Amino acid sequence: MPRPLEPVSQGTRVTLGISFFVLFVAAWAFATLGGFVSRTFLADPITMLQDGWLLLTRFGFLGDIGITVWRVVGGFILAALIAVPLGIMMGAYKSFEAFLEPFVSFARYLPASAFVPLLILWAGIGEMQKLLVIFIGSVFQIILMVAVAVGNTRRDLVEAAYTLGSSDQGVVKRVLIPANAPEIAEILRLVLGWAWTYVIVAELIGSSSGIGHMIIDSQALLATGQMIFGIIIIGVIGLISDFLFKAVNRKLFPWRLA
Amino acid sequence: MSNTILQIDNVSRVFPGVRGGAPVRALEPTNLQVAQNDFITILGPSGCGKSTLLRIVAGLDRPTDGRVLLNGREIKGPGADRGMVFQSYTLFPWLTIAENIAYGLREKGIPKAQRQEIVASYTEKVGLRGFENHYPKQLSGGMQQRTAIARALANDPEILLLDEPFGALDNQTRGLMQELLLGIWERERKTVLFVTHDIEEAIFLASRVIVMSARPGRIKADIPVDLPHPRHYRMKTTPEFSDLKAQLTEEIRLEAMQAEGVH
Repeated sequence: MPRPLEPVSQGTRVTLGISFFVLFVAAWAFATLGGFVSRTFLADPITMLQDGWLLLTRFGFLGDIGITVWRVVGGFILAALIAVPLGIMMGAYKSFEAFLEPFVSFARYLPASAFVPLLILWAGIGEMQKLLVIFIGSVFQIILMVAVAVGNTRRDLVEAAYTLGSSDQGVVKRVLIPANAPEIAEILRLVLGWAWTYVIVAELIGSSSGIGHMIIDSQALLATGQMIFGIIIIGVIGLISDFLFKAVNRKLFPWRLA
Repeated sequence: MSNTILQIDNVSRVFPGVRGGAPVRALEPTNLQVAQNDFITILGPSGCGKSTLLRIVAGLDRPTDGRVLLNGREIKGPGADRGMVFQSYTLFPWLTIAENIAYGLREKGIPKAQRQEIVASYTEKVGLRGFENHYPKQLSGGMQQRTAIARALANDPEILLLDEPFGALDNQTRGLMQELLLGIWERERKTVLFVTHDIEEAIFLASRVIVMSARPGRIKADIPVDLPHPRHYRMKTTPEFSDLKAQLTEEIRLEAMQAEGVH
């Protein structure tokens, strides 16, 4: 039996990680190919792959993937550009925090998906509407999490900076920001994951392209293989973006691992 | 006293009560004059307000009453003219050792070439050559505190403030650090205010030991240490040293007992 908190080797970690995927697919194949679940409701893995191949080669699904990625990244960058500076300001200056925090906390609980009908009224069903859904879903979360991170900066580091002659502005620029940069990157990684759920919701309603649109189209045809393929693609893209984020963070903040 | 650099004038500190509790008087009105090039250690049991006094001098805390004058100017806040070394490891973890030492110089806007020169000289003085490009995490506690001393000194402050800087280090390392600090002081003759609860450390380093009483803190004794310089660790076993140690142990013991409520 393994002991609590006992580390495992890299090899074991990879093997174990992959084996669950294998187990999962095996259970799925057993349930569907074995005839325990109706094909109308759940396609088997082989049909799913065939449908997926068809989607990619015949129906231009790559274009849908591209447009969805573009929407997520676009809306997310827009949100980050506004939220990160605001969060830093809120974390650093308590009066600013007292001014904005209650509203942001409230706005954070407004479900982005509930804004979809309203945003269609305001912005039509074009790209702007999709970007806005992502933006609304991400911006308040990022602001609040960044503010908390910056507000929790080690006080003794700030004090040390002051005794070394830093001005107030110097403390923000050369202590609060670099001290929290890795944490902010981590917050962005997390919120990007959430942004993926918003984009699909935005595409399920009032869209003529994207992964979400394909899924809703497939539902009309009872093409569960295609639907599952779409969902899995989202998971794979999420995994890749997570991996990229982590790699960039390692590169940018070597002191964290030193 | 001639050429007074630091003057503490009736400084007291009362912390407001927490959740409607009674306010806590941490520091009774305190007076202290520090002469240029003095090495003063402030000795006292935990919670005697010695760190509070040091933080007030640093400008990180404000006195409830009284004032502190540095070269005749009243201290209003923290500044580069008073270098501080903390008990906790306060190196900036995202900067290398060299960048940490250069931090204050950069804030002052000193050109890069000159900065590198000063950093190199202090890296040498605290014996950290070869570690310039390491991150603080990669260094031992003793090395981190040496860097912190170098970082404070590189700024060329009027006075160096140290708040139990070696408190978290093991005994052997602490001894080495004391010698290193004393060596720097003997060569450069900085004015130093050093807070500690370690009696041996207080005597070994100081030209004057200030003993503080248990809470509320006030100065209980002001004892000159006339042991010759340069001091060597073997001095800790001489009779003169032992006499001083016995005297201070007695002073502190009473305070510690009072602080702990033992009679």
